[in-house]
Amino acid sequence: MIPAAVIGIGQTKYDSKRRDVSMPGLIREAIDKAIIQAGVEWQDIDAVVLGKAPDMFEGVMMPELFLADAIGAYNKPLLRVHTAGSVGGSTAIMAATHITSGQYKCVLTVSFEKQSESNATWALSPKYPYTPHINAGAGGYFAPYMREYIRRSKAPEHIGWQVAVKDRRNANLNPLAHLQIPNIDLEMVKNTPMLWEPLRYLESCPSSDGACALVIASKEVAKGKNAAWIKGMSIRSEGTLSAGRDEVNPLAGQMCAKDIYSQAGITNPLKEIDCAEIYVPFSWYEPMWLENLGFAELNQGWKFTDSGKTELSGEIPFNMSGGVLSSNPIGASGMIRFGEAALQVMGLAGEHQVDNANVAMGHAYGGAAQFFAMWIVSSHQ
Amino acid sequence: MDKAQEKDYFESLISLEYNFTAGSATTRFLEAIAKGNIVGQKCPKCGAVYVPPRGSCPRDGVPTLEEIQLPDYGCIESFTVVHIPIPGNPIEPPFVSAMIRLDGANISFLHLIQEIALEDIRIGMRVKAVWKPETEWTTSLENIKWFKPTGEVDINPESLKFISS
Repeated sequence: MIPAAVIGIGQTKYDSKRRDVSMPGLIREAIDKAIIQAGVEWQDIDAVVLGKAPDMFEGVMMPELFLADAIGAYNKPLLRVHTAGSVGGSTAIMAATHITSGQYKCVLTVSFEKQSESNATWALSPKYPYTPHINAGAGGYFAPYMREYIRRSKAPEHIGWQVAVKDRRNANLNPLAHLQIPNIDLEMVKNTPMLWEPLRYLESCPSSDGACALVIASKEVAKGKNAAWIKGMSIRSEGTLSAGRDEVNPLAGQMCAKDIYSQAGITNPLKEIDCAEIYVPFSWYEPMWLENLGFAELNQGWKFTDSGKTELSGEIPFNMSGGVLSSNPIGASGMIRFGEAALQVMGLAGEHQVDNANVAMGHAYGGAAQFFAMWIVSSHQ
Repeated sequence: MDKAQEKDYFESLISLEYNFTAGSATTRFLEAIAKGNIVGQKCPKCGAVYVPPRGSCPRDGVPTLEEIQLPDYGCIESFTVVHIPIPGNPIEPPFVSAMIRLDGANISFLHLIQEIALEDIRIGMRVKAVWKPETEWTTSLENIKWFKPTGEVDINPESLKFISS
Protein backbone atom coordinates (compact mmCIF):
# COMPACT_ATOMS: atom_id res chain seq x y z
CA MET A 1 0.00 0.00 0.00
CA ILE A 2 1.30 3.48 -0.87
CA PRO A 3 1.65 5.24 2.52
CA ALA A 4 -1.01 7.78 3.53
CA ALA A 5 -1.21 9.95 6.63
CA VAL A 6 -3.63 12.31 8.30
CA ILE A 7 -1.86 15.67 8.65
CA GLY A 8 -4.78 17.89 9.65
CA ILE A 9 -7.92 17.40 11.73
CA GLY A 10 -10.57 20.10 12.05
CA GLN A 11 -13.68 19.91 14.20
CA THR A 12 -16.42 22.40 14.91
CA LYS A 13 -17.80 23.04 18.35
CA TYR A 14 -20.66 20.53 18.64
CA ASP A 15 -23.99 21.82 19.92
CA SER A 16 -27.70 21.06 19.71
CA LYS A 17 -28.33 24.12 17.53
CA ARG A 18 -25.52 25.90 15.69
CA ARG A 19 -27.82 28.75 14.70
CA ASP A 20 -24.79 31.07 14.37
CA VAL A 21 -23.75 29.42 11.09
CA SER A 22 -25.37 28.12 7.90
CA MET A 23 -24.72 24.59 6.70
CA PRO A 24 -21.83 25.72 4.44
CA GLY A 25 -20.51 27.91 7.27
CA LEU A 26 -20.51 24.99 9.68
CA ILE A 27 -18.60 22.80 7.26
CA ARG A 28 -16.13 25.53 6.45
CA GLU A 29 -15.38 25.96 10.17
CA ALA A 30 -14.07 22.37 10.28
CA ILE A 31 -12.28 22.60 6.93
CA ASP A 32 -10.41 25.79 7.80
CA LYS A 33 -9.12 24.27 11.04
CA ALA A 34 -7.98 21.09 9.25
CA ILE A 35 -6.17 22.99 6.49
CA ILE A 36 -4.43 25.28 8.97
CA GLN A 37 -3.30 22.35 11.10
CA ALA A 38 -2.07 20.51 8.00
CA GLY A 39 -0.06 23.56 6.92
CA VAL A 40 -1.25 23.29 3.32
CA GLU A 41 -2.89 25.80 0.97
CA TRP A 42 -6.12 25.46 -1.02
CA GLN A 43 -4.15 24.93 -4.23
CA ASP A 44 -2.43 21.90 -2.63
CA ILE A 45 -5.77 20.04 -2.36
CA ASP A 46 -6.14 17.63 -5.29
CA ALA A 47 -9.64 16.31 -4.55
CA VAL A 48 -12.49 16.61 -2.05
CA VAL A 49 -14.57 13.79 -0.57
CA LEU A 50 -17.79 14.68 1.27
CA GLY A 51 -19.73 12.37 3.61
CA LYS A 52 -23.24 12.77 4.87
CA ALA A 53 -25.92 10.57 6.45
CA PRO A 54 -29.40 10.28 4.83
CA ASP A 55 -30.55 13.48 3.12
CA MET A 56 -33.89 13.18 4.92
CA PHE A 57 -32.13 14.05 8.19
CA GLU A 58 -32.11 17.70 7.10
CA GLY A 59 -34.46 17.68 4.15
CA VAL A 60 -31.68 18.90 1.83
CA MET A 61 -31.33 16.61 -1.15
CA MET A 62 -27.85 16.13 -2.56
CA PRO A 63 -26.13 18.73 -0.35
CA GLU A 64 -22.89 18.17 -2.28
CA LEU A 65 -24.41 20.24 -5.09
CA PHE A 66 -24.87 23.45 -3.16
CA LEU A 67 -21.79 22.84 -0.98
CA ALA A 68 -19.30 22.35 -3.84
CA ASP A 69 -17.98 25.90 -3.55
CA ALA A 70 -17.84 26.03 0.26
CA ILE A 71 -15.79 22.84 0.38
CA GLY A 72 -13.33 24.11 -2.21
CA ALA A 73 -14.25 21.57 -4.88
CA TYR A 74 -14.47 24.15 -7.64
CA ASN A 75 -12.75 22.61 -10.70
CA LYS A 76 -11.60 19.68 -8.58
CA PRO A 77 -12.80 16.09 -8.26
CA LEU A 78 -15.70 15.80 -5.79
CA LEU A 79 -17.13 12.54 -4.50
CA ARG A 80 -20.03 12.20 -2.08
CA VAL A 81 -20.25 9.11 0.12
CA HIS A 82 -23.22 7.65 1.97
CA THR A 83 -23.27 4.59 4.25
CA ALA A 84 -25.76 5.76 6.93
CA GLY A 85 -24.22 6.23 10.41
CA SER A 86 -20.87 4.76 9.39
CA VAL A 87 -20.50 7.36 6.62
CA GLY A 88 -17.92 9.50 8.42
CA GLY A 89 -15.65 6.48 8.62
CA SER A 90 -16.22 5.19 5.10
CA THR A 91 -15.74 8.73 3.75
CA ALA A 92 -12.33 9.01 5.43
CA ILE A 93 -11.41 5.64 3.93
CA MET A 94 -12.58 6.71 0.45
CA ALA A 95 -10.40 9.82 0.80
CA ALA A 96 -7.42 7.76 1.98
CA THR A 97 -7.74 5.43 -1.02
CA HIS A 98 -7.27 8.51 -3.24
CA ILE A 99 -3.74 8.62 -1.76
CA THR A 100 -3.00 4.89 -1.40
CA SER A 101 -3.97 4.36 -5.04
CA GLY A 102 -1.27 6.82 -6.04
CA GLN A 103 -3.81 8.98 -7.87
CA TYR A 104 -3.45 12.10 -5.65
CA LYS A 105 -1.01 13.62 -3.16
CA CYS A 106 -3.28 15.62 -0.88
CA VAL A 107 -7.02 15.15 -0.29
CA LEU A 108 -9.54 17.04 1.81
CA THR A 109 -12.41 15.09 3.31
CA VAL A 110 -15.30 16.46 5.35
CA SER A 111 -18.50 15.13 6.85
CA PHE A 112 -21.29 16.82 8.72
CA GLU A 113 -24.80 16.87 10.06
CA LYS A 114 -26.90 19.85 11.03
CA GLN A 115 -29.53 17.90 12.89
CA SER A 116 -31.27 21.01 14.19
CA GLU A 117 -32.50 21.80 10.67
CA SER A 118 -34.86 18.81 10.71
CA ASN A 119 -35.61 15.77 12.84
CA ALA A 120 -33.57 12.59 12.41
CA THR A 121 -35.87 10.52 14.63
CA TRP A 122 -38.77 11.45 12.37
CA ALA A 123 -36.66 10.61 9.31
CA LEU A 124 -35.81 7.20 10.81
CA SER A 125 -39.42 6.40 11.72
CA PRO A 126 -41.50 6.63 8.54
CA LYS A 127 -44.53 4.51 7.82
CA TYR A 128 -43.27 1.67 5.65
CA PRO A 129 -45.66 0.07 3.18
CA TYR A 130 -47.76 -2.85 4.44
CA THR A 131 -46.31 -2.87 7.99
CA PRO A 132 -47.55 -1.38 11.26
CA HIS A 133 -46.14 2.07 12.03
CA ILE A 134 -44.19 1.18 15.16
CA ASN A 135 -40.58 1.87 14.22
CA ALA A 136 -39.25 4.37 16.73
CA GLY A 137 -35.97 5.98 15.72
CA ALA A 138 -32.48 4.52 16.08
CA GLY A 139 -32.93 3.80 19.79
CA GLY A 140 -36.13 1.89 19.09
CA TYR A 141 -34.38 -0.12 16.42
CA PHE A 142 -31.26 -1.05 18.42
CA ALA A 143 -32.85 -1.53 21.87
CA PRO A 144 -34.01 -5.14 21.19
CA TYR A 145 -30.44 -6.08 20.22
CA MET A 146 -29.12 -4.59 23.47
CA ARG A 147 -31.74 -6.51 25.42
CA GLU A 148 -30.62 -9.70 23.67
CA TYR A 149 -26.98 -8.88 24.54
CA ILE A 150 -27.95 -8.50 28.20
CA ARG A 151 -29.77 -11.84 28.08
CA ARG A 152 -26.80 -13.65 26.53
CA SER A 153 -24.08 -12.08 28.67
CA LYS A 154 -26.08 -11.80 31.91
CA ALA A 155 -24.61 -8.31 32.32
CA PRO A 156 -25.97 -6.30 35.26
CA GLU A 157 -28.07 -3.19 34.57
CA HIS A 158 -25.46 -0.74 35.92
CA ILE A 159 -23.06 -1.44 33.02
CA GLY A 160 -25.10 0.80 30.73
CA TRP A 161 -25.05 3.58 33.31
CA GLN A 162 -21.26 3.20 33.74
CA VAL A 163 -20.62 3.69 30.02
CA ALA A 164 -22.89 6.76 30.06
CA VAL A 165 -20.95 8.27 32.99
CA LYS A 166 -17.47 7.40 31.70
CA ASP A 167 -18.04 8.92 28.24
CA ARG A 168 -19.56 12.12 29.68
CA ARG A 169 -16.64 12.49 32.16
CA ASN A 170 -14.33 12.26 29.15
CA ALA A 171 -16.48 14.85 27.34
CA ASN A 172 -15.87 17.25 30.21
CA LEU A 173 -12.18 17.18 29.15
CA ASN A 174 -13.08 17.96 25.53
CA PRO A 175 -14.15 21.59 24.99
CA LEU A 176 -15.69 20.72 21.59
CA ALA A 177 -18.04 18.07 23.02
CA HIS A 178 -21.74 18.88 22.82
CA LEU A 179 -22.76 17.53 26.24
CA GLN A 180 -20.93 19.05 29.20
CA ILE A 181 -22.33 17.58 32.43
CA PRO A 182 -19.82 18.40 35.20
CA ASN A 183 -21.56 16.48 38.01
CA ILE A 184 -22.48 13.35 36.02
CA ASP A 185 -22.71 10.15 38.08
CA LEU A 186 -24.54 6.79 38.14
CA GLU A 187 -27.41 8.17 40.22
CA MET A 188 -28.07 10.91 37.68
CA VAL A 189 -28.09 8.46 34.75
CA LYS A 190 -30.36 5.92 36.43
CA ASN A 191 -32.82 8.63 37.43
CA THR A 192 -33.30 9.88 33.88
CA PRO A 193 -36.48 8.78 32.06
CA MET A 194 -36.65 5.47 30.22
CA LEU A 195 -36.81 6.08 26.45
CA TRP A 196 -36.56 2.68 24.78
CA GLU A 197 -36.11 -0.11 27.31
CA PRO A 198 -33.41 -0.87 28.41
CA LEU A 199 -32.15 2.60 27.45
CA ARG A 200 -32.54 5.65 29.62
CA TYR A 201 -32.24 9.25 28.44
CA LEU A 202 -28.61 9.68 29.48
CA GLU A 203 -27.68 6.30 27.99
CA SER A 204 -28.52 7.70 24.55
CA CYS A 205 -26.65 10.02 22.22
CA PRO A 206 -27.73 13.63 21.73
CA SER A 207 -28.76 15.24 18.41
CA SER A 208 -25.93 17.55 17.40
CA ASP A 209 -24.89 20.05 14.77
CA GLY A 210 -21.28 19.73 13.70
CA ALA A 211 -18.68 18.89 11.10
CA CYS A 212 -15.31 17.20 11.00
CA ALA A 213 -12.64 17.51 8.29
CA LEU A 214 -9.37 15.70 7.63
CA VAL A 215 -6.46 16.41 5.32
CA ILE A 216 -4.95 13.13 4.15
CA ALA A 217 -1.62 13.22 2.36
CA SER A 218 1.08 11.17 0.67
CA LYS A 219 4.53 10.58 2.18
CA GLU A 220 5.98 13.48 0.16
CA VAL A 221 3.40 15.99 1.40
CA ALA A 222 3.50 14.65 5.00
CA LYS A 223 7.29 14.85 5.16
CA GLY A 224 8.45 16.76 8.24
CA LYS A 225 4.88 17.20 9.51
CA ASN A 226 3.20 15.75 12.60
CA ALA A 227 1.23 12.89 11.05
CA ALA A 228 -0.99 9.91 11.87
CA TRP A 229 -0.01 7.11 9.48
CA ILE A 230 -2.81 4.86 8.28
CA LYS A 231 -1.71 1.27 8.93
CA GLY A 232 -4.94 -0.50 8.06
CA MET A 233 -8.42 0.43 6.84
CA SER A 234 -11.46 -1.58 5.85
CA ILE A 235 -15.18 -1.44 5.06
CA ARG A 236 -17.65 -4.34 5.37
CA SER A 237 -21.42 -4.66 4.91
CA GLU A 238 -24.16 -7.20 5.44
CA GLY A 239 -27.81 -7.46 4.36
CA THR A 240 -30.50 -6.01 6.61
CA LEU A 241 -32.87 -8.97 6.49
CA SER A 242 -30.85 -12.12 6.15
CA ALA A 243 -31.55 -15.39 7.98
CA GLY A 244 -28.88 -16.21 10.52
CA ARG A 245 -27.57 -12.67 10.74
CA ASP A 246 -26.45 -11.97 14.31
CA GLU A 247 -27.33 -8.33 14.92
CA VAL A 248 -25.81 -8.48 18.43
CA ASN A 249 -22.39 -9.57 17.17
CA PRO A 250 -22.42 -8.86 13.42
CA LEU A 251 -20.12 -10.94 11.25
CA ALA A 252 -19.28 -7.92 9.06
CA GLY A 253 -17.93 -6.10 12.13
CA GLN A 254 -15.75 -9.07 13.08
CA MET A 255 -14.44 -9.38 9.52
CA CYS A 256 -13.72 -5.65 9.22
CA ALA A 257 -11.72 -5.68 12.49
CA LYS A 258 -9.77 -8.78 11.47
CA ASP A 259 -8.90 -7.12 8.18
CA ILE A 260 -7.45 -3.94 9.73
CA TYR A 261 -5.54 -5.89 12.40
CA SER A 262 -4.04 -8.08 9.71
CA GLN A 263 -3.03 -5.07 7.57
CA ALA A 264 -1.48 -3.37 10.62
CA GLY A 265 0.26 -6.56 11.79
CA ILE A 266 -1.75 -6.65 15.02
CA THR A 267 -2.27 -10.09 16.56
CA ASN A 268 -3.47 -9.01 20.02
CA PRO A 269 -5.61 -5.85 19.75
CA LEU A 270 -5.94 -5.48 23.51
CA LYS A 271 -2.16 -5.34 23.97
CA GLU A 272 -1.13 -3.65 20.74
CA ILE A 273 -3.74 -0.89 20.42
CA ASP A 274 -3.23 1.96 22.89
CA CYS A 275 -6.70 3.53 22.67
CA ALA A 276 -9.81 3.44 20.51
CA GLU A 277 -12.59 5.76 19.37
CA ILE A 278 -15.50 3.37 18.85
CA TYR A 279 -19.02 4.23 17.62
CA VAL A 280 -21.13 3.88 20.78
CA PRO A 281 -24.38 5.85 20.30
CA PHE A 282 -26.14 3.90 23.05
CA SER A 283 -24.42 2.78 26.26
CA TRP A 284 -24.67 -0.98 25.74
CA TYR A 285 -22.76 -0.81 22.48
CA GLU A 286 -19.49 -0.43 24.41
CA PRO A 287 -19.49 -4.01 25.77
CA MET A 288 -21.04 -5.30 22.54
CA TRP A 289 -18.26 -3.81 20.39
CA LEU A 290 -15.52 -4.78 22.88
CA GLU A 291 -16.47 -8.36 21.98
CA ASN A 292 -17.24 -7.84 18.29
CA LEU A 293 -13.83 -6.20 17.74
CA GLY A 294 -11.90 -8.88 19.59
CA PHE A 295 -10.81 -6.89 22.64
CA ALA A 296 -12.83 -9.14 24.98
CA GLU A 297 -14.08 -12.73 24.85
CA LEU A 298 -17.73 -13.37 23.95
CA ASN A 299 -20.15 -12.24 26.71
CA GLN A 300 -17.23 -10.83 28.76
CA GLY A 301 -17.06 -7.29 27.35
CA TRP A 302 -19.16 -5.82 30.16
CA LYS A 303 -16.54 -6.92 32.69
CA PHE A 304 -14.02 -4.63 30.96
CA THR A 305 -16.41 -1.71 31.42
CA ASP A 306 -17.17 -2.76 35.01
CA SER A 307 -13.50 -2.93 36.01
CA GLY A 308 -12.59 0.42 34.42
CA LYS A 309 -10.49 -1.01 31.58
CA THR A 310 -12.11 1.38 29.08
CA GLU A 311 -11.54 4.52 31.15
CA LEU A 312 -9.03 7.18 30.03
CA SER A 313 -6.32 5.64 32.26
CA GLY A 314 -7.46 2.03 31.66
CA GLU A 315 -5.94 -0.81 29.68
CA ILE A 316 -7.89 0.01 26.50
CA PRO A 317 -9.39 3.51 26.73
CA PHE A 318 -12.61 3.78 24.68
CA ASN A 319 -13.95 7.16 23.50
CA MET A 320 -11.52 9.53 25.15
CA SER A 321 -13.24 12.46 23.41
CA GLY A 322 -16.60 11.62 24.99
CA GLY A 323 -17.68 9.63 21.95
CA VAL A 324 -20.98 9.59 20.10
CA LEU A 325 -22.73 9.59 23.48
CA SER A 326 -21.50 13.17 23.99
CA SER A 327 -21.59 14.61 20.44
CA ASN A 328 -23.61 13.17 17.57
CA PRO A 329 -23.73 15.08 14.30
CA ILE A 330 -24.59 11.72 12.67
CA GLY A 331 -22.88 12.12 9.29
CA ALA A 332 -19.71 13.37 11.01
CA SER A 333 -19.72 10.97 13.97
CA GLY A 334 -17.65 8.30 12.20
CA MET A 335 -15.08 10.80 10.94
CA ILE A 336 -14.79 12.28 14.44
CA ARG A 337 -13.84 8.79 15.67
CA PHE A 338 -11.24 8.46 12.90
CA GLY A 339 -9.94 12.01 13.47
CA GLU A 340 -9.78 11.64 17.26
CA ALA A 341 -7.76 8.43 16.82
CA ALA A 342 -5.35 10.46 14.65
CA LEU A 343 -5.16 13.26 17.25
CA GLN A 344 -4.16 10.71 19.90
CA VAL A 345 -1.19 9.33 17.96
CA MET A 346 -0.15 12.87 16.98
CA GLY A 347 -0.19 13.83 20.68
CA LEU A 348 -2.70 16.62 20.00
CA ALA A 349 -5.73 15.42 22.00
CA GLY A 350 -5.27 17.99 24.77
CA GLU A 351 -6.81 17.15 28.11
CA HIS A 352 -8.19 13.83 26.87
CA GLN A 353 -4.82 12.67 25.53
CA VAL A 354 -3.79 9.10 26.43
CA ASP A 355 -0.13 9.01 27.54
CA ASN A 356 2.21 7.51 24.95
CA ALA A 357 -0.55 6.67 22.48
CA ASN A 358 1.25 5.32 19.41
CA VAL A 359 -1.41 3.07 17.88
CA ALA A 360 -5.09 4.04 17.86
CA MET A 361 -8.26 2.66 16.29
CA GLY A 362 -11.19 4.54 14.74
CA HIS A 363 -14.51 2.72 14.21
CA ALA A 364 -17.96 3.49 12.83
CA TYR A 365 -21.12 1.50 12.21
CA GLY A 366 -24.39 2.34 10.56
CA GLY A 367 -27.66 1.24 9.01
CA ALA A 368 -29.27 -1.75 10.68
CA ALA A 369 -25.88 -2.53 12.36
CA GLN A 370 -24.88 -3.62 8.86
CA PHE A 371 -22.26 -1.12 7.63
CA PHE A 372 -18.81 -1.04 9.23
CA ALA A 373 -15.75 1.14 8.64
CA MET A 374 -12.53 1.03 10.67
CA TRP A 375 -8.94 2.15 10.59
CA ILE A 376 -5.72 1.89 12.57
CA VAL A 377 -3.42 4.89 12.77
CA SER A 378 0.11 5.05 14.13
CA SER A 379 2.63 7.72 15.11
CA HIS A 380 5.21 5.76 13.10
CA GLN A 381 5.27 5.35 9.36
CA MET B 1 -25.77 29.80 21.74
CA ASP B 2 -25.87 33.51 22.50
CA LYS B 3 -29.19 34.90 21.22
CA ALA B 4 -27.39 37.79 19.51
CA GLN B 5 -25.31 35.34 17.47
CA GLU B 6 -28.32 33.55 16.03
CA LYS B 7 -28.94 34.10 12.35
CA ASP B 8 -32.36 34.41 10.79
CA TYR B 9 -34.00 31.20 9.76
CA PHE B 10 -37.34 30.23 8.36
CA GLU B 11 -39.37 27.07 8.37
CA SER B 12 -39.63 25.35 5.00
CA LEU B 13 -41.95 22.35 5.01
CA ILE B 14 -41.48 19.65 2.44
CA SER B 15 -43.67 16.64 1.82
CA LEU B 16 -43.11 13.53 -0.16
CA GLU B 17 -45.47 10.98 -1.62
CA TYR B 18 -44.26 7.90 -3.38
CA ASN B 19 -45.72 4.87 -5.07
CA PHE B 20 -44.45 1.56 -3.78
CA THR B 21 -44.00 -1.21 -6.34
CA ALA B 22 -44.17 -4.42 -4.35
CA GLY B 23 -42.72 -6.77 -6.98
CA SER B 24 -44.08 -10.24 -7.71
CA ALA B 25 -42.92 -12.03 -4.52
CA THR B 26 -44.24 -9.41 -2.13
CA THR B 27 -47.43 -9.07 -4.17
CA ARG B 28 -48.18 -12.77 -3.61
CA PHE B 29 -47.55 -12.28 0.12
CA LEU B 30 -49.85 -9.25 0.21
CA GLU B 31 -52.61 -11.01 -1.74
CA ALA B 32 -52.45 -13.86 0.80
CA ILE B 33 -52.49 -11.61 3.85
CA ALA B 34 -55.54 -9.84 2.43
CA LYS B 35 -57.27 -13.23 2.89
CA GLY B 36 -55.84 -13.79 6.36
CA ASN B 37 -53.03 -16.14 5.27
CA ILE B 38 -49.34 -15.64 6.01
CA VAL B 39 -47.11 -16.98 3.25
CA GLY B 40 -43.32 -17.16 3.50
CA GLN B 41 -40.76 -18.24 0.92
CA LYS B 42 -38.01 -20.82 1.28
CA CYS B 43 -34.47 -20.63 -0.08
CA PRO B 44 -33.70 -23.74 -2.18
CA LYS B 45 -30.03 -23.63 -1.09
CA CYS B 46 -29.86 -22.84 2.64
CA GLY B 47 -33.47 -23.67 3.51
CA ALA B 48 -34.15 -20.32 5.22
CA VAL B 49 -37.81 -19.27 5.30
CA TYR B 50 -38.41 -15.54 4.85
CA VAL B 51 -41.50 -13.61 5.88
CA PRO B 52 -42.43 -11.13 4.50
CA PRO B 53 -40.65 -12.61 1.47
CA ARG B 54 -38.76 -10.46 -0.98
CA GLY B 55 -38.31 -13.06 -3.68
CA SER B 56 -34.69 -13.97 -3.07
CA CYS B 57 -32.34 -15.14 -0.34
CA PRO B 58 -29.79 -12.47 0.64
CA ARG B 59 -27.44 -15.22 1.87
CA ASP B 60 -27.33 -17.17 -1.38
CA GLY B 61 -28.59 -14.70 -3.98
CA VAL B 62 -31.06 -17.19 -5.45
CA PRO B 63 -34.85 -16.90 -6.04
CA THR B 64 -37.04 -18.22 -3.22
CA LEU B 65 -39.75 -19.74 -5.37
CA GLU B 66 -41.16 -22.29 -2.91
CA GLU B 67 -44.00 -20.77 -0.89
CA ILE B 68 -44.68 -21.96 2.64
CA GLN B 69 -47.90 -21.43 4.58
CA LEU B 70 -46.94 -20.09 8.01
CA PRO B 71 -49.02 -20.05 11.20
CA ASP B 72 -50.06 -16.80 12.88
CA TYR B 73 -48.22 -17.72 16.07
CA GLY B 74 -44.61 -17.86 17.19
CA CYS B 75 -42.44 -16.19 19.80
CA ILE B 76 -40.80 -12.92 20.79
CA GLU B 77 -37.18 -12.88 19.58
CA SER B 78 -36.54 -9.57 21.37
CA PHE B 79 -38.42 -6.35 22.05
CA THR B 80 -38.33 -2.84 23.43
CA VAL B 81 -40.87 -0.73 25.24
CA VAL B 82 -41.02 2.67 23.57
CA HIS B 83 -41.72 5.35 26.19
CA ILE B 84 -41.39 8.49 24.09
CA PRO B 85 -43.66 9.87 21.40
CA ILE B 86 -42.13 9.52 17.94
CA PRO B 87 -42.81 12.43 15.58
CA GLY B 88 -45.35 11.38 12.93
CA ASN B 89 -46.10 8.09 14.67
CA PRO B 90 -49.80 7.57 15.54
CA ILE B 91 -49.32 5.16 18.47
CA GLU B 92 -49.40 6.55 22.01
CA PRO B 93 -46.46 5.48 24.19
CA PRO B 94 -45.71 3.33 26.03
CA PHE B 95 -46.00 0.61 23.40
CA VAL B 96 -44.11 -2.62 22.78
CA SER B 97 -42.22 -3.00 19.53
CA ALA B 98 -41.33 -6.68 19.28
CA MET B 99 -39.41 -8.85 16.86
CA ILE B 100 -41.95 -11.58 16.13
CA ARG B 101 -40.58 -14.92 14.93
CA LEU B 102 -43.37 -17.05 13.49
CA ASP B 103 -43.01 -20.81 13.91
CA GLY B 104 -41.29 -22.15 10.80
CA ALA B 105 -39.76 -18.79 9.80
CA ASN B 106 -36.07 -17.90 10.05
CA ILE B 107 -36.50 -14.15 10.22
CA SER B 108 -38.54 -11.81 12.42
CA PHE B 109 -40.72 -8.82 11.67
CA LEU B 110 -41.75 -5.97 13.97
CA HIS B 111 -45.19 -5.91 15.49
CA LEU B 112 -47.03 -4.81 18.64
CA ILE B 113 -47.58 -6.87 21.81
CA GLN B 114 -50.74 -6.24 23.83
CA GLU B 115 -53.04 -7.91 26.38
CA ILE B 116 -50.19 -8.30 28.91
CA ALA B 117 -48.51 -6.08 31.53
CA LEU B 118 -45.34 -4.50 30.11
CA GLU B 119 -43.12 -5.88 32.88
CA ASP B 120 -44.22 -9.47 32.14
CA ILE B 121 -43.02 -9.52 28.52
CA ARG B 122 -39.99 -11.76 27.94
CA ILE B 123 -37.65 -12.88 25.17
CA GLY B 124 -38.83 -16.35 24.11
CA MET B 125 -42.49 -15.77 25.12
CA ARG B 126 -45.06 -17.56 22.92
CA VAL B 127 -47.45 -15.18 21.13
CA LYS B 128 -50.38 -15.36 18.71
CA ALA B 129 -51.85 -12.86 16.26
CA VAL B 130 -55.03 -10.95 17.10
CA TRP B 131 -56.67 -10.10 13.77
CA LYS B 132 -58.83 -7.12 12.90
CA PRO B 133 -62.41 -7.93 11.77
CA GLU B 134 -62.29 -9.51 8.31
CA THR B 135 -64.22 -6.58 6.79
CA GLU B 136 -61.21 -4.32 7.57
CA TRP B 137 -58.56 -6.51 5.93
CA THR B 138 -56.31 -4.93 3.29
CA THR B 139 -52.97 -5.90 1.73
CA SER B 140 -51.07 -5.19 4.94
CA LEU B 141 -49.58 -6.82 8.04
CA GLU B 142 -51.76 -4.27 9.81
CA ASN B 143 -54.60 -6.80 9.36
CA ILE B 144 -53.06 -8.14 12.55
CA LYS B 145 -53.90 -5.68 15.34
CA TRP B 146 -51.18 -7.00 17.63
CA PHE B 147 -49.81 -10.22 19.09
CA LYS B 148 -50.84 -11.53 22.51
CA PRO B 149 -49.34 -14.20 24.79
CA THR B 150 -50.64 -17.76 24.31
CA GLY B 151 -49.79 -18.84 27.85
CA GLU B 152 -47.61 -21.71 26.58
CA VAL B 153 -44.13 -22.40 28.00
CA ASP B 154 -41.42 -20.03 26.67
CA ILE B 155 -39.07 -21.34 24.01
CA ASN B 156 -35.30 -21.39 24.51
CA PRO B 157 -34.03 -18.36 22.54
CA GLU B 158 -30.96 -20.34 21.48
CA SER B 159 -33.30 -22.54 19.42
CA LEU B 160 -33.96 -19.54 17.13
CA LYS B 161 -30.42 -19.68 15.74
CA PHE B 162 -30.50 -20.43 12.04
CA ILE B 163 -28.67 -23.54 10.92
CA SER B 164 -28.29 -23.72 7.16
CA SER B 165 -29.61 -26.95 5.60
